[in-house]
Formats: sequence, structure tokens, C-alpha cells
Amino acid sequence: MAPLIETPLIETRNLTLHFGGLKAVDGVTFTLNQGEIHALIGPNGAGKTTFVSLLSGRRMPQSGTILLGGEDITFLPAHVRVRKGIAYTFQITSIFPRLSVFDNVALAVQSGGTKDLPTRTRAALARVGLDGLEDQEAQTLSYGHQRLLEVAMGLALNPRVLILDEPTQGLAASEIDRFTALVESLAPQTTILLIEHNMEVVMDVASRITVLNFGAVLATGTPAEIRANPLVQEAYLGA
Amino acid sequence: MKKVWALHLALIAVLFAAQFWLSPYHTTNLARIMVLAVFAMGYNLAFGYTGMLSLGHALFLAAGMYSASLLAQLWGLGAGPALVLGIAGGGLMAASVGLLALRTAGVSFMIVTLMFAQAGYLAILYFGATTGGDEGFPLPAATRSVFGFDLSTDTPRFIAALTLFAAALLISVALVRSPFGRTMVAMRENEERSRMLGYNPFTVKLAALILSGLYSGAAGAAYAILFGYAGASFATIQYSILPMLYVLLGGAGTTLGPFLGALLMFALIETASGLTSAYLFFVGAALVALVLFAPKGILGTIRERWVRWLP
Repeated sequence: MAPLIETPLIETRNLTLHFGGLKAVDGVTFTLNQGEIHALIGPNGAGKTTFVSLLSGRRMPQSGTILLGGEDITFLPAHVRVRKGIAYTFQITSIFPRLSVFDNVALAVQSGGTKDLPTRTRAALARVGLDGLEDQEAQTLSYGHQRLLEVAMGLALNPRVLILDEPTQGLAASEIDRFTALVESLAPQTTILLIEHNMEVVMDVASRITVLNFGAVLATGTPAEIRANPLVQEAYLGA
Repeated sequence: MKKVWALHLALIAVLFAAQFWLSPYHTTNLARIMVLAVFAMGYNLAFGYTGMLSLGHALFLAAGMYSASLLAQLWGLGAGPALVLGIAGGGLMAASVGLLALRTAGVSFMIVTLMFAQAGYLAILYFGATTGGDEGFPLPAATRSVFGFDLSTDTPRFIAALTLFAAALLISVALVRSPFGRTMVAMRENEERSRMLGYNPFTVKLAALILSGLYSGAAGAAYAILFGYAGASFATIQYSILPMLYVLLGGAGTTLGPFLGALLMFALIETASGLTSAYLFFVGAALVALVLFAPKGILGTIRERWVRWLP
């Protein structure tokens, strides 16, 4: 469901990052609206992860600008962007394997202040259904649970934008359903940018979709528009 | 967790009681071990908890030692103010080294800190007219007294060392169990993830290194005040490696590991050097055994296998 008034939360203009001859991100102009669930799709190597790395500050662009709520954040360091409300969850699960589940999430919670730390940490765990596993060492969790822990850490930051990089990769079908429900419950309070290969999930949850191909935007629109777009069908859906 | 505090307070009580059944010789040794343990606790905050492998902590020890003894001598200060100056000296030195050295990490950090420490050692020799160079200098009697107690005598010296040790230990327990302690460990475990949770690794590591420097400075100042001597030998590489050995032996990232490591290493060197002049052979053998059988140190292994609540 698209919000009635579309307020841009993140805008990029002509964002570019080339690795030598490889145009990983090539002049991307993109808008992420407040409260939407926006999916970023495209073939392998289309530049999706590189693009969100630029948004989160893990990489710096060669040219172009990034605005967050109208403020230029193009060259702010990653940790400052996190504090401004851009949370990133890793494609390859990146938790603190030797710390307890509680400590993993507490680190995210206390980043925004230490008031009521235990309560808020437990609440964040309950939100993804990991309550009761607080004392377990994170590396002993199942893969699906580690993915959920990763998402819990992102959520616990209380972000304005949550960037999910292939969150359902490696999850079982039942876990995917649960995850989809979770993502849908987050919007519109939290704006979501979702990189996802699972088309069913994308068509299910996304209010808008942007297709990247060879580092450039091929199309943007609602799921129905994207499905009907001949360019997308040719380049990506292969139908 | 009440049992955590109970355990640490029990150790302090046992150490207090030890002076009544140890010979004066061993009481003095125990005072020395407690001061060295404070140094090792500082090292442990940087290395064991935050994951910064420094080879330059002798510089922080010496900074504390010389700030305390030179300024106390110059201004005719007592032990209390001298200790405060020493703590400040250690912290300032760690801050200035950290600002530069923390631009590197891992092996480079190790080399850069080693380089700074060597420069510090050579500076002490170069300014020998003031520092006494290799010979060092004895501290004046005025600096070795506090509240009318003469710290060159056994009981006041032991009590002073124990007080410093107890304060350092309890502060470190509170620190590592605090949210900031958790952040320090996060740097050690996964720096990139910490950054993406909104932490600036540079400032967190700098803060931890300064804390480490404050501890080292306190130990350096206390050593000079309690044992009456400041000398360049405390700035040598040996004093950068010793706290690392203590921490590795006792258990990196455990609050009691530094003390246990200092105690055992001191005892080992004491016993071995009574048998042979090649006592370093025993130290080496102990380290090889440690790496082979308990790479997490004694308390690290105990925590992993049996007592999970050890901080």
C-alpha cells in the first residue's frame, strides 16, 4: 500500500562508482519514499549491493549526491549515517558470533542510549521471535535464527530506513513466510529498502520496485508495472 | 550478579590476610605482584577486551613512573599527588600515541606502538641529566609517605599496594560489565559490524587505550613510590612484553587473569632463577605449554569449560 503523500526520505542523483572498467553503479538517480517498502532487484552483478553500500556509507561514490531527508550525506562516515537513521543488515550474516544473543542486540540498542537497556533489548528480540534465546552464544544459533538476529540488530537501532540485503537467502519456506509478515508489519513506521532475489517475496511485500541492470536504473514502478514492463522482462525475468 | 562481586571481594580479603602469614620478603613480593597486576589489568583492557595488540605499554608505564617521580621531586610532593600525576601522565601518553597509532591496526599497530616505546626509552637515555638515564634515581623520602605513613616500610607499603590493586580491580569489573565494556568487546569481535551499529571504532579504541594508559600510569607511579626508584629499565621492551605474558597466562579478557598471570609468572621466574641463570628457558617452556594446552589462558579455559559466569 503506497502512502498517500509521497515524501522522499532518501534521494540519490547521478550516483556513480566504477571499479576500473566495471561500472558497478553508473549514474543512479533514485528516490525512496517515506514509509514504503521498496524492493531493489536485478540480475547478479547488477550493482545492488554496491548501490546500498553507497547509501549506508560502507563505500564512497566517485560522483553524485545522496540526500537523507533533504540533507546531503554523500560523504558522511558510515557510523554517522547509522546514527542519522540508516540501518544496514548484511548480505552475509555479520553478527558477533562469540557473544550472547542478548549482547548482540544490546549493542544495537545501547547505540541509541542506555536507558532501559535490558527491557528494550528483550523487546527487540521478541519482535523477531528470538525471545528465550538471550543467553545462547550467537554462533550456536541455526542459520535462520542468525538471519533473524541480524534483522533484530537492524531494527533495534530504531532506524528511519532499514536496508535489508537478501534477508531470505538460505531461509526455509516457513521461515520466509514469517519473515515476510515481519517486514510488512514494520512499514510504514520504518521505511524499507529490500534487496531480494525471491520474486514471490518481492511481489508480495513491495509497494514499489526498482530494477538495476549493469549499474543503471532500468525501470521503477509498482509490482504490476514492473511485471508488465517489456524491458524488464527481456533483461531480467527472461520471459 | 552478586557472585561476581563476591568472588572479587573474596580475592581482596584473601590478599589482605596474606600479609599475616607471609614472611616480610614474600609480603614485599606480593606488593610488587599487585602493582604489576594493575599494569597487566590496563594491558588487558586494551588487548584482552578491545583486541588491540600493543607492544608499547612500557612507554605508558614509564610515563606514569617519570611523571610521578620527576614532578614530585621538582615540587616536593607527597605520594598522593605524585600518584595522581602518574595516572595523568600514563593517560596523556596513551592519548597522544593512540591518536597516531590507531590509524593502523593489527600487526602495524603492534609495530607502531613498539616504535613509539623505543623512542620513549631512547628519550629517557638522551635526557639522562634529568632522568638519571640507565642508572635512574631514588625517590626522596617525602614522596614515599602518605598520611604520615612511611611507604618504604613493609605494612604501609603492602596496604598501599593492596588499596590500589583493589580499586583497579573493582573498577575494571564495573567497566567490563558496563555498556561501554560491551562496546569494547564488540571492537575486538567484529569492528565492521560495530561501525554499522553506529559506533566510531577510532574513538572507542582511543578511549579504551586511554583507560589502559591510566592503569599503566598508576602502576608506574606506584612502583616508583612504593619501591623508591625510577629507572630507564622500566621503559625497555621487556616491560611491554611482561604484561602481555601475564595476560596470556592468566587469561585475556578475564578480570582476574592479569593478577593470576602476574602471580604465576613472578613465582615461576623466582623459582627458576634460583635454580639456574637460564631461567628464561622455563618462561619459554611455560609459554609453549600454554599455547599448546590452554591458548585462552588459565581463566579463559576455566570460563569456557566450567564457570561461564566469570567476567
